Amino acid sequence: MLLPAVLILGGLFVGGIGFALVQSLGDFPPAGEHQFTLAHYRSLLSDPEFRTSIGLTFLLATIATAISAAAGLALALTFRNLDRGSRALSVLLQTPIAVPHLAMAVLLVYLIGQSGWLARLAYFAGLIAVPADFPALINDRYGLGIVIAYVLKETPFIALVTLAMLRRTDGEYELAAATLGASAWQRFRYVTLPMVAPSAVSASLLVFAFIFGAFEVPYLLGRPYPAMLGVVAQKRFLSTDLTDRPDAIAAAVLMTIVSALLVFAYLHLGRKVVGERPTLF
Amino acid sequence: MKLARFFAVLFTAGLALLPILLLTVYSFAQSWFWPSLVPGRWSARSWAYVLSDDSGVFAAAGSSLAIAAAVSMLAVVVALPAARAVAWYDFPGKRLLLFLLLLPVLAPPLAAAMGVHSVFLRTRLVETIPGVILVHLIPAVPYAILMLSGSFSRLDPDLEAQARTLGASRFAVTRFVTLPAIAPGLAVAAAFAFLISWSQYQLTILIGGVRVLTLPVVLVSFQRGGNEAITAALSLVFLIPTLAVFVAVSRYLRYET
Repeated sequence: MLLPAVLILGGLFVGGIGFALVQSLGDFPPAGEHQFTLAHYRSLLSDPEFRTSIGLTFLLATIATAISAAAGLALALTFRNLDRGSRALSVLLQTPIAVPHLAMAVLLVYLIGQSGWLARLAYFAGLIAVPADFPALINDRYGLGIVIAYVLKETPFIALVTLAMLRRTDGEYELAAATLGASAWQRFRYVTLPMVAPSAVSASLLVFAFIFGAFEVPYLLGRPYPAMLGVVAQKRFLSTDLTDRPDAIAAAVLMTIVSALLVFAYLHLGRKVVGERPTLF
Repeated sequence: MKLARFFAVLFTAGLALLPILLLTVYSFAQSWFWPSLVPGRWSARSWAYVLSDDSGVFAAAGSSLAIAAAVSMLAVVVALPAARAVAWYDFPGKRLLLFLLLLPVLAPPLAAAMGVHSVFLRTRLVETIPGVILVHLIPAVPYAILMLSGSFSRLDPDLEAQARTLGASRFAVTRFVTLPAIAPGLAVAAAFAFLISWSQYQLTILIGGVRVLTLPVVLVSFQRGGNEAITAALSLVFLIPTLAVFVAVSRYLRYET
């Protein structure tokens, strides 16, 4: 029963990674390489562009995940008692999840660019006079556009995951705590939060892994330098200089190792693996 | 508290509806100077261009549709038996298999695609539609397996045996017992395998190069070219089918982790 899947997965995924590993370790005839070497990994790890990129990727993924987790949790708590079965509301909350990252990136250029729609609103609100007064959020130095894109996409995801957990109870635990004299903060801190934390943490892990491997969003909303890892790897792979290619493959292998560790952590948390969960695409 | 809720609903509605509205306005804008909030002149020119043969959008949409449909079908066919096995049986290496299923879904399979590239070069699959379909299967198949196992795990395997005992044929069991039980999961798996392929840019570029022009590829090139109205129109052509497919299956989605 597993045979067709194992053939596809084994051949394309495991086989692909195997080939990538071999090529990154020095078996790359197109560039005249036939010998085992760690040179590509060494040169990558001493390459300033790549080192900056590692730092930037971890930083942006961490910030975007943290904001999404906090905002998602807040959104879930707000929606908790609201129209429990409302289909319209749940569709609305799901829409940003349905918007592909590519479309989100294109949209943000129109929305938060310096002559974008929000900048125009800011003009009429008397906050700015010319487009240059609006903070640079697209292709900016700090990768703010990238963070905003992911926060908009992943906040509803974390909110829905947390909401699914919250709706397993009718708030009877909070009620019990309130009867015992717990303040609103104490009810949140000692009752609600421990209840949703496992879901929120594992969802955040998924989100982090996804942002870590990002391509489309940083490609459209980030700077060419410093860029996130996915962008750097892709750029070097498609470079006309074939000797760049093993470096690019080595970078992709390192990214896979990080993702593998994150997936391992997710499984280790003992979270649900199967089920009709939407993917982050 | 009422006010907070009102803003939460407003925020969510805005988040959901603003994209479509803004893209629609941009797609009909002919001249739109700072700082007007609406275009000075409206025109359907960019739509006329996008829908004309010159833009190549029809061809790109056709390729995207064909590739995504093939990926969706293949992924489901391959995933069905595997999902049964994952849901119902314990076998050696199951944990490793789950790990390998989760990895390409969560992390873009960049390394695998790069490794596959060298093999596809030799087998002349690079820059072809079959090559792109194969590489899209890397995330789509594991995703479909994980989704379908969810459905199978909620179906009691004994039900099939009971139906057989009562004299139902193999076909009848599949048609009247198994299929109705897993139908929602099947719909979700097919829909998302379709969407994974439909919205794929990086893997398409890696394997398809400049030969396989899908909608995302054309969209990015227009975006980089800087024509706002055409990019906005094209984004809608790309986005609206995505939303439609998503809404169609959204009632079956579960958000438990």
